Amino acid sequence: MDVAMSFDIKKIRQDFPNLAVTVRGKKLVYLDNAATTFKPRSVIESGNRHYTSGVANVHRGVHYLSEMATQEYEEARTKTRLFLNASDNSEIIFTRGTTESINLVAHSFGRAFLKAGDEIIISAMEHHSNIVPWQMLCEQNGCVLKIIPINDDGDIIFEEYRKLLTTKTKLVSIVYISNSLGTINPIEEIIVEAHKKGALVLVDGAQAVSHAKIDVQKLDCDFFAFSGHKLFGPTGIGVLYGKRSLLEKMPPYQGGGDMIASVTFEKTTYNVLPYKFEAGTPNIAGAIGLGAAIDYVESIGLEAIANYKKELLDYGTKVLLMIPGLRLIGTAKQKSSILSFVLPDIHPHDLGTIVDGEGVAIRTGHHCTQPVMKRFNIPATARASLAFYNTKEEIDALVAAVQKAREVFK
Amino acid sequence: MTQDFRQELYQQTILEHNRNPRNFRKIDHPSNWAEGYNPLCGDHLNVYITVDDGLIIQDVSFDGSGCAISKASASMMTAAIKGKSVEHAKNLFEQFHKLVIGELKPDREPNTLDKLAVFSGIWQYPARVKCAVLCWHTMKGALDKIKTVSTE
Repeated sequence: MDVAMSFDIKKIRQDFPNLAVTVRGKKLVYLDNAATTFKPRSVIESGNRHYTSGVANVHRGVHYLSEMATQEYEEARTKTRLFLNASDNSEIIFTRGTTESINLVAHSFGRAFLKAGDEIIISAMEHHSNIVPWQMLCEQNGCVLKIIPINDDGDIIFEEYRKLLTTKTKLVSIVYISNSLGTINPIEEIIVEAHKKGALVLVDGAQAVSHAKIDVQKLDCDFFAFSGHKLFGPTGIGVLYGKRSLLEKMPPYQGGGDMIASVTFEKTTYNVLPYKFEAGTPNIAGAIGLGAAIDYVESIGLEAIANYKKELLDYGTKVLLMIPGLRLIGTAKQKSSILSFVLPDIHPHDLGTIVDGEGVAIRTGHHCTQPVMKRFNIPATARASLAFYNTKEEIDALVAAVQKAREVFK
Repeated sequence: MTQDFRQELYQQTILEHNRNPRNFRKIDHPSNWAEGYNPLCGDHLNVYITVDDGLIIQDVSFDGSGCAISKASASMMTAAIKGKSVEHAKNLFEQFHKLVIGELKPDREPNTLDKLAVFSGIWQYPARVKCAVLCWHTMKGALDKIKTVSTE
């Protein structure tokens, strides 16, 4: 059966008001979903509702609105816990996003438990947010960073990964789905291998949460990080999942209100999980919005989303490759709906500007993965990243816009 | 809109300089040299200059990699300042800078930009302004003996 038939794309598109705007006099074609995603009305309304009639701080007041805000904030945590299939709400820490989640682990776990000579493994396809925090840690405490190489398709070379894993390896921090190549890493095998050597695993799930059902217990990952805004939720809210036994041993990341049990000038005792890691007033509306985004995605169904996106990816791959000279960067066997490409004689930035003139929004540049660009010996790529509200017609519009660019540079 | 836009940014002069950049080579023993880098997009170029005792730019060249806008801008810049005084080059830098941020309208205000006025539409594309000015900042850095220039 044609997947698109069972997927009411027209109705879905109506849920996203941002899809209806025009840019530079043209109907917008938004293909930059790996950077950030549009928000369904239910998410927008949840924020509106909070700011219109529900404003109060959480965990602080006995008054009605504070209790309501606390309840909604904690409900969002429950929704997130169920979304990831974590076993306990105490394992769900709200952060500003994937980047802050990774930094939390680097600061708290890294400083307390890693010492000079210990090794951290990342891959050659990491986003800068999963490179720089570890480099900073290595500079501070003498840890050593090891890099899993990737092949010409953009797959990690698993044999090399096995070789890097030793008893010195304390942590493997790796992306589930690459934002610049679209590669879906064999994350379960990666975790199994790491655990065999006694190393912990942090999964950067920024691109993964909108693509596949995540089950942190089945994966058996030790940490899992993601951002709300790449899951059709607000910016400024993200999640760190961690196994409770680990989080309990870890010292706080930031100090302040809400993360304490009691404070005197002589001694401060810290709050229980997850609040130990949530210093200060959190992004209340953001968390509530994330909860609404999770509700929305689950109402469509992650499996239906994945099937539809696979169809878009296959179609996009086919029609882009018909453009003479176009080269896809990232041709892994298992891919999410990310199409990075380069054209002979047209720099990605010129391409980006010209297709923008046709109303088509794509990302051009290094995608915060400069080592990937170096690996493929290119300065940048053009990247179209598809969400479940995109259509084949929009991919056709991209192809037509690329053809216009080719005419300009003929 | 599209037509206007393409006329604004990707004019024939720019496309031609992109295809056949002038002075696209390395000078082996330049008196002044600097490296320019745009960390956001990865554009990267070197500007080499030979200044004589009378402060005249005897030779100027560039190499590196970047988009059509940055390459054409560098090509046109070298053509504009070769054989001119250091003072003239710095004065052109000021005018070009005002041009690309939309503060100088070449059809209305006195200027000595000549062919460089082709970049007058770029201020409407803020993300691309850096592409056009990278070579100019690098050139100025070379004249001021600043070795590494970043647009950030």
